[in-house]
Amino acid sequence: MRTGRFVRFALLAGFAFLWLPILLLVAYAFSADRIPFQWGGFSLRWFAALAANERLVEAALLSLRVAAGAATLAVLLGGAAGWVLVRFGPFRGRAAFGALIGAPLVLPEVVTGLSLLLLFVALEGLTGWPAGRGATTVLLAHATLGAAFVAVVVQARLAGSDRSLEEAAMDLGATPLVAFRTVTLPLVAPALAAGWLLAFTLSLDDVVIASFVSGPAGTTLPMALFSMLRLGLTPEVNALGAVVVLGVAAIFGLATLLLRPRGDGGPG
Amino acid sequence: MRRALLLAPAWAWLLLFVAAPAGIVLAIALAEADPGLPPFRLALSGAGFATLLEDSYYLDALLRALRVAAMTALLSLSLAYPMAMGIARAAPRRRMLLLAALMLPFWTGFLLRVGAWIGLLRDEGWINGLLRGAGLIEAPLPLLYTEGAMLAGMVHAYLPFAVLPLFAALLRLDPTLAEAAADLGARPPTVFLTVTLPATAPAAVAAFLLVFIPAAGEYVIPELMGPPEAQLVGRVLWQEFFQNRDWPVAAALAVVLLVLLLAPIRLFQRLEAQP
Repeated sequence: MRTGRFVRFALLAGFAFLWLPILLLVAYAFSADRIPFQWGGFSLRWFAALAANERLVEAALLSLRVAAGAATLAVLLGGAAGWVLVRFGPFRGRAAFGALIGAPLVLPEVVTGLSLLLLFVALEGLTGWPAGRGATTVLLAHATLGAAFVAVVVQARLAGSDRSLEEAAMDLGATPLVAFRTVTLPLVAPALAAGWLLAFTLSLDDVVIASFVSGPAGTTLPMALFSMLRLGLTPEVNALGAVVVLGVAAIFGLATLLLRPRGDGGPG
Repeated sequence: MRRALLLAPAWAWLLLFVAAPAGIVLAIALAEADPGLPPFRLALSGAGFATLLEDSYYLDALLRALRVAAMTALLSLSLAYPMAMGIARAAPRRRMLLLAALMLPFWTGFLLRVGAWIGLLRDEGWINGLLRGAGLIEAPLPLLYTEGAMLAGMVHAYLPFAVLPLFAALLRLDPTLAEAAADLGARPPTVFLTVTLPATAPAAVAAFLLVFIPAAGEYVIPELMGPPEAQLVGRVLWQEFFQNRDWPVAAALAVVLLVLLLAPIRLFQRLEAQP
């Protein structure tokens, strides 16, 4: 079907709407002006200011650590859950299991955040753990959220695959562990990698749940950024935006180059 | 044996971090507020729910949130439809590029995008600077902290999620159907209304819900970009919890919001389960 003029225009307008704010955010990171989004000549001073902002740098390092830990836990938990749901057949409580693993996907963030905070408060009252809240509680909350997404990705990958491959390996004498390592793991590895990345990004991006379940010692980058935005914009936000956008674009470009199908025409 | 090894830790995690918190929220929603620490006393009082019913402020916050979420979803949908059509009709190589351009903003950070919008819309922001520079205005236009700013921010955050299900449905749609209608003399709007829209209606509902459900509880964008009177339920819940320290009311609000979203969530899950 020929692409009509209206569709073309809408496509252009839609992408302009999506990208213009981001491109301007990045472009004005290089402006010397004290007021963000006003041009005052080329300068890198706001990148220097960003690097010297200890609060922000510390929060960023904490966020990266929390996100890596949460994503790893999410892959273990979500991978196991996705596996159980596709390969175990019917088991007692399967419907409840599926509802629980998927719940964080559909719950509003404020509800997830509030309920997890109340859990941590109750646990501390009952058992003394966790003693106060901070990076650990944020990590546990983000792992729970990420696992829901990993489970979906893994389920999709497994549902599209043939379990007779593993059976064939075992028929040929492989122990279940060997069959898992040589057949199943390579099969789900892309889903696990994609799930890890997704969980990592969700953790790095979350401010609402983190604000609920964190404490004074656990200020993540989004929490620090949120209080900055609340007090008023500074050009350091532009500089941070430029670092993130250029970084993500570089990773994206690299991944595209590395994962380019070699003439065998992968899916779409 | 192997099954139990995998199932037991997964069950334990889910019961502890998903099921138990839900039960605790319900218990605290029914509890009595108390000046102690933590600020409630377990009881079957229902005072939290009673407060929600007594003061129309809470009901207004719920209705306002549902209205804003519906507007966000409708705006996203009307922008997403033609975008999804454009992407679905592009040549495969170009299609990948367009999809990447669609999803890349999602990876660049939610708060940074909100920051970008604030930079555009503030009194000293980019748009007002441009208009003032061109001599079109003397005093800055009040753009930020309006309902329009809030909606722009929310559509910007959720638009990619509306495009994806529509794109998938349009890709499955047989293009000869629309071509046949066009050959028979139907103009593009007619083709859309009589062929494309009915054939992709389930995906459109799914796209609507995919935006509506998270938008209904949105806190950050109304707080940073909305007008002070935009007291949506997410914001009110936050204030009740953090500023007023009224945990039973905050928990009751969470329960009510969840109950209101139950029907949309079930509908969304039914649509997702369909092939």
